Amino acid sequence: MKVGLAHLGVVTYVIASAALVFAFPQSVLAFLFFEASLLVIYYATIERNTKVCLSALVLLVLLPLLGSVNGYFLEIAIQVAIFVTLALGLNIVVGFVGLLNLGFVAFYAIGAYLWAIFGSPQANQFLPGNLFPLASGWFFPFLILSVGVGAFTGALLGLPVLRLRGDYLAVVTLGFAEVVRALVNNFDRPINITNGPKGITPIEKPPLFFQPLLEFFGLKAEPSVIYPFYFYFIALLIVMLTVLISRRLEDSRIGRAWKAIREDEIAAAAMGIPVVRMKLLGLAVGASFASAVGVLFAAKQVFINPESFTFMESIGVLAMVILGGMGSIPGAILGATGVTILNLQLLKGLSLWLNSVRQSGIVLSIPLLGNLDLSQIPAQFEPAKYERMVFGLILILMMAFRPQGVLPPRKRGH
Amino acid sequence: MELALDILPQVLVDGIVLGFMYALIALGYTMVYGVLEFINFAHSEIFVLGAFVGVEILLLLESGGHFATLHTAFVLLLVILSGMLASGLAAMALERVAYRPLQGSPRLVALISAIGASFFLQDALRFFESLWRNTFYLTYPTLDVLDKTVPLGFNVVVPVKSLLVIVTALATLAALYLFVNRTKLGTAIRAVAQDPDTASLMGIPVNRVIALTFFVGGAMGGLAGVLFGLHYSLVNPYSGFFPGLKAFTAAVLGGIGNIPGAMLGGMVLGMLEAFAASYLSILTGGHFGAEYKDVFAFIVLILILIFRPKGLLGEKVREEGA
Repeated sequence: MKVGLAHLGVVTYVIASAALVFAFPQSVLAFLFFEASLLVIYYATIERNTKVCLSALVLLVLLPLLGSVNGYFLEIAIQVAIFVTLALGLNIVVGFVGLLNLGFVAFYAIGAYLWAIFGSPQANQFLPGNLFPLASGWFFPFLILSVGVGAFTGALLGLPVLRLRGDYLAVVTLGFAEVVRALVNNFDRPINITNGPKGITPIEKPPLFFQPLLEFFGLKAEPSVIYPFYFYFIALLIVMLTVLISRRLEDSRIGRAWKAIREDEIAAAAMGIPVVRMKLLGLAVGASFASAVGVLFAAKQVFINPESFTFMESIGVLAMVILGGMGSIPGAILGATGVTILNLQLLKGLSLWLNSVRQSGIVLSIPLLGNLDLSQIPAQFEPAKYERMVFGLILILMMAFRPQGVLPPRKRGH
Repeated sequence: MELALDILPQVLVDGIVLGFMYALIALGYTMVYGVLEFINFAHSEIFVLGAFVGVEILLLLESGGHFATLHTAFVLLLVILSGMLASGLAAMALERVAYRPLQGSPRLVALISAIGASFFLQDALRFFESLWRNTFYLTYPTLDVLDKTVPLGFNVVVPVKSLLVIVTALATLAALYLFVNRTKLGTAIRAVAQDPDTASLMGIPVNRVIALTFFVGGAMGGLAGVLFGLHYSLVNPYSGFFPGLKAFTAAVLGGIGNIPGAMLGGMVLGMLEAFAASYLSILTGGHFGAEYKDVFAFIVLILILIFRPKGLLGEKVREEGA
């Protein structure tokens, strides 16, 4: 293997950006630089194996290390991983099959409530025997169960509308998500299943089965210290699995059938592709990703309520897929990371900055306009409150100027 | 059942008011779908814009003390017409900025752009109102006449504001029907809806007709917005979401692209919803209450799509290959 300039540059970037975060553990900007290292690795002209090794170094070693310096970075990484999984799921539905699903968050909610209801005392409200909450060991079986439940509801939803034109599906999925939210919001009576708007808490976390092992190596840590790292690695595992499944599906017979349907449904049907069955499969696979990651979300949050599953979230995930490039796996990952960071770090950071400006009490005197008292800026201007405007602009501008996204799928020759 | 019969007249009035509201909004969806074959997702914001223009004008008149000097009928006419004009122009601008550049691209692209426009407009409205009034939850000022009631006999009492909605909507719907069916411009709209290419060959300026369709549909949405505000008083930038979604359901129910269908669909859905809101709780012994009325509308939508996908009056589908 020849070590060239590209290798040197990438390695330097990774180390330098990590060092920067260590030096300034409170700096959002430093962390952004570090996050960009994955992009640098992806774009660098180096061998595949080196890329994999470097990415593993960043994700498995450096990021947890940085997380031990500032726990907030770990929280962001978990959030990013959750949204990457959602975006990959929606990417299958919108990107591969070409069906617009505007209620994707419904499947996420189904997964989250599946674990929340049985992993908390909530299920005692309607099931006899005081069996709940289930032991934390049930987390992993439920993760697998949620894949099945998500796939089933996804297919069930598609059944009545797939024979119709695409626009109807968009509105029906949107309506379905609202129905799910309304049900979750109101099913605290006649039988209390979801505890309504008050939400469910406390939800069991996954089991710490490896704790004896840690103690064997002399690592004694409180569960509250272990859990962020643990969740990070579970989230990473789920992302890896979804990437793997997406990739394998994309290159399979099924993936080719999906793309054929997306490009020309009539021609695909003429070629003998079972169009409706393939569409159902696409909806089911996408929904199962969302539902599985919902289980993780519920366990991580400990508390969930219907507010986490609004139309806003569905559009957010759609914006991620579109920004990255419909039908492109690296695009979905990039879009999810970018939008999540924009939401969690940039907009919130700007809001904090605006608040500090307001509290500084400085009065600017601008020629012609007179004095501007900065403390008079109303709180309504916080950028974090305008995420709809940001998502809206992303969607309009992308459609107008680059409908194929930032990282469009590669056209492969035969 | 005694109780159920007592509230029946009230439920009917509520249903009719809601039905006209949905019918007016549904027209915007259906007309645009007719000419462009896509769901104008931002139509719910056009509707909200009408409500906001209405409340702003009323608040200005109130603070200027003009309620005492001007006749209420004049005030109402002014508010309704300006709401219609503002929404119509906004819909035209939206078409010009967000949709026309995308002509010829896949339908998904235009739909996503429309969703983006919808989100953008919501926050733009919020931003503007935050700047202007420091709040974006606005309340319509009370016009004394509207809160009076008119007895209709049989113990039925109808508020004037409900009558206002019914009369205005009826007059507008009749005018729209005549416009679309009896005038040259209306014929042009129908021609473009049927086959834009041939219409263009016949000398119809297709783009201008599309803009006109957006204006008319938008004006109907704006009218619905003003009436919504006058009737229910509270508006915020996000209050268009549910009415918009249900009006779309109404349009599908009547057969999308079909103008009388939108009117019928709106009325049917409004009635269903009013009945669900009042009777669901009685019928299920109090187990399921009015909070399920939104769920009800979507279940109706899904049932129609399964059993009668072309809607009650049939869909005006463009010929294949057009």
